[in-house]
Formats: sequence, structure tokens, C-alpha cells
Amino acid sequence: MKNKVVSMKEAVAGLVHDGDTVVIEGFTHLICFAAGHEIIRQGRRDLTLARLTPDLIYDQMIAAGTAKKLIFSWAGNPGVGSLHAFRRAVEAAPPKLAIEEYSHFGMVARFAAGSANLPFWVMRDYQGSDIPAANPLIRSVKCPYTGEELATVPALRPDVTIIHAQRADKSGNTQIWGLLGVQKEAAFASRKVIVAVEEIVDESVVRSDPNRTLIPGFQVDAVVREPWGAHPSFAQGYYDRDNDFYAGWDKIARDEASLKRYLDEFVYRVSGRAEYMKKQPGLAERLSAKNMVCPGVDYGY
Amino acid sequence: MAIETKAATDYTRNELMTVLAAREIRDGDVVFVGIGLPNLACNLARRTHAPNMCLIYESGAVGAAPERVPPSIGDPALVTGSLMVASMQDIFQAMLQNGKIQVGFLGGAQIDRYGNINTTVVGDYRKPKVRLPGSGGACEIAIHAQRVLLVAKLDRRAFPEQVDFITSPGARSKGKTRAQWGHPGRGPVKCITNMGILEPDDQTGELVLTAIYPGVTVEQVRANVGWALQARSPLQGVALPTAREIKLLREKLDPKRLHIK
Repeated sequence: MKNKVVSMKEAVAGLVHDGDTVVIEGFTHLICFAAGHEIIRQGRRDLTLARLTPDLIYDQMIAAGTAKKLIFSWAGNPGVGSLHAFRRAVEAAPPKLAIEEYSHFGMVARFAAGSANLPFWVMRDYQGSDIPAANPLIRSVKCPYTGEELATVPALRPDVTIIHAQRADKSGNTQIWGLLGVQKEAAFASRKVIVAVEEIVDESVVRSDPNRTLIPGFQVDAVVREPWGAHPSFAQGYYDRDNDFYAGWDKIARDEASLKRYLDEFVYRVSGRAEYMKKQPGLAERLSAKNMVCPGVDYGY
Repeated sequence: MAIETKAATDYTRNELMTVLAAREIRDGDVVFVGIGLPNLACNLARRTHAPNMCLIYESGAVGAAPERVPPSIGDPALVTGSLMVASMQDIFQAMLQNGKIQVGFLGGAQIDRYGNINTTVVGDYRKPKVRLPGSGGACEIAIHAQRVLLVAKLDRRAFPEQVDFITSPGARSKGKTRAQWGHPGRGPVKCITNMGILEPDDQTGELVLTAIYPGVTVEQVRANVGWALQARSPLQGVALPTAREIKLLREKLDPKRLHIK
């Protein structure tokens, strides 16, 4: 079994390059903020960032100047309001960030096509909407069987996808539970995959519950042990979503100077996630999950 | 009189909207829901007349039974105790596109005369005055859900004759009806506002005023709508909240008054 365990610093240095198309997925759940912060620290530039919901992590990466383009389907602060760095960039004249916009289903379909090694995906969507006029990559095809007109979106093949997960073994067999988002499709669509986990477990733990494995090790290039790496998003069974942080981000990000101060203090001036956590005493106690353990299933035969 | 039927003596407009939205849900409906008032409405319906409804969130939670008010549609409390956690591919393809969703709740920064919704941009797309979050799952929910319920507060800017950008198509978009577009769902069936109920006219697809709340006049509603709003005659009233519905909302569903204030 190949040992793919590296530090976040090494994973980003080796696998994320200037100009890459980078996906840090996770729908509300398991968003790897630790990786985004490391990309900012290492000063990557001209990235095309893709994700359904850019969330606070891409707002921070946009503010830090890592991105030239954003591919997305819902760019807000969930339950709170706007992503202000994103808004400043696209409301500027001329815009400081290129955008390529879909709906959630469109983004899901792009990852599905990428993961299936197809050039595009077919869907019943977008008729009567202005979204295709805003994005000429949304097209249509005539069904060869029924003759009906169906919408299409092109495959998304990221250079690198970064997934946060509850656990993996050291060769990258990755287990996720709770909200699954498009983690699997994004990983299979991608040329390179980094998995960051709350815990690295023995292969026997993975083998004891194989239905929990979402991404097999052969699809994974690097495994990073990064506890609390998804904060302020959450990891089911490990820690809750930091809703106070999401609400508080609105005020921080509204003002460019205060956003810069945040990045200085919590990104540039920390060496990594362990130090980020050390700077915030009480955070772990406030957000640690209560146990609600599933009794498990019988794999016998 | 039993609490189930006794009229509530005091309630806010938000509570009234929530109760009216809840009553649109039928027992057994599979409902695609977001946060805020629609989420409360669904949980109220689940605890009253629709115990067999199934709440679906685009994040993947199916049959969610959240024990706290979810601050986002991807809250961990939606997973705990749910019936299923689906991948988003399954949510959008096997469930929504495959016609399994009876009700979709939508809202937006702008809703126009035909129930088209804009959640993308105020002003020109390439030179936005205000950049909004975008579609999320709204475009496909508007197309596929069998019935779409709109929940929004009336305001002239929020209800223009024509939206700046059609994110999610309503009863009629770009000069074509839903049948002409081939949309599988019926589209908007009701728009529940803070002053009354709007419904699309069967013939034209235009939203018309069909019911009004106590103490509101047709003129007041018209003053907050950007087109020459037609009112159906006779105008209906609405069945007011019961004491039980208000008690559930205040004590169980939104004890911190995050949404019903």
C-alpha cells in the first residue's frame, strides 16, 4: 500500500500550480478552508476557481488575489447574504474577475460529465431562463431518439480537486458521511486529487465499512492529516458549522481593509491549521460535535 | 373551542405568511425547501396536517427532520435523523428531473408580472448594479417541481413588470408559455406575499391578486407592484392562523424568532 501522506504545505506546493483550474468542493459540509489558506500563503496566481458555492473560502481567495476566473452556481454567504470580495470584483468597471455561471444542476452535470470521461452532459434545464444568454457554453442538442431539444453543459476537468473528509487510510481510500455534495464526481473528474482528513485510519478500518468509501485510493494523489481543516464549515460527527463565523464574515468582508487584516492575522501570519486553531482558544469546545453513533451494519455472508 | 380551530388573537405578518404557505402543502408531498419562512412553513405542515410530507434539501438531505432551525440549507442537523442522504447528482437527476418533487419553494430579489424570478443581477449582466448570488438550484426547481410556491414581500422594486434577468422561468417567459417551452412542472401556483396572495391567470399567465389580508386594501397592494395589477372579483379573504399554529411556530419551530419576528 503506497503511503501518500504529506503535509498541506507539501501537497499544495507539489500539486497546485499558477494558472491551474482548482476545485475545493464540499456543499456547505467539509469545505477545506485549510487548503485554501495554504494556496493563499504560497502566493498562487491566475487560478480558475470552480465550485458550486464559492462560499467564504473563495471570497478569501479572490480577496487575496489568487483568482483570475470563477466558475460557480451560487455565490452568496449561505443564510447570511453577499460574498463581498466577490461582489467588489465583479461589480468593478471593468470587472476584476471573469465569471462563468451555471445553476447547481449545471455544475453537478459538468462534474458528472468529467467523471464519466464524456465531453458534455445532457439535461432538461435552462429553457426560458437567461442563464444560457449569459453563458454561451450552455448549449443544446437534439436527441437522436426522440428529436427533443435538450440542454448541454461541457465536462469540467479540473487540474486539481481538493476534498476534505472525515477519514482516509494512508493510501487515500476516503470515507465520507453526512452531506456528500459532488465530492465523488469532482474527484473523478480531476487530474490530481488531494484529500485532507480529520483522521488517518488503518486500512482495516476502511475495510470494515466499505460502503462508507466515496473515493478509492487509486484516484488520490496526496493525503493530508488536517484536523479542523474544514472550519468554519463542518465535519459531521466531528464539529458543527461555525454559524457565528459565517454571520461575522459579512462585517469583515464588507470593508477591504478589515478583510485584509483578517487574512494577515489568520492566514499569512500562521504556519498552518494547527496554529490557526491555537489562535482561537475555546473554538474546539464550542463546536465539537455531540456523539450520535450509528450501530452499524452487518457485512457478513 | 379546541386550540386546533380557535383563531389566534395576535400574529405577525411573517407568521401569517408562514401559516398560509404551510397550508399549501398536501400530506404526502415531496417538497424541495430552502431556509427562512419556507423552511418554517414545511416544518409547521409536517407537525400539523401533513405528517407524511418529505422534506428535501438541495444539499442532499431527504426526509429531513431538523431539531433546530437550520441557518443554512446544508446544516448538519438536516442529516441527523433524516431518511436518506443523497448525492447532489441523485437530488437533481433521480429526484427533481425525474419528476418526483411535488412542491418547490422559491423567492427572489425580483419577481415579475409572469412569475419569472431574478436572483442573478440588478441591472445589466455584464455591468451589474448589484450582483446577486445567482441560480443555485432555483432554475431547475422552477422548471421541474410540479407546483412552485413563491414567498416574497411586496415592494415596487421587488415586483417590476419585467425582471432584469430571468434566472428561473415562471408562467410565461420570453413570450412563450411553459407548454411551449416544454416545462414538465406547472410553475408558480401561488405567490404568498405580506399583503395578499397573487396567482397566475389560467389564460394569460399574468399574476393577479386573488386574496387579501385583513386590513389591507387593493390600492395598497397595487402601490407595491410595478404593473397594472388585476384583482380577481370577488376577492377572497384568507383563513387566519389558529392558536395552535402560532403556538407551534413560537414555542417549537422558531423559539428564537429568527424568521417570524
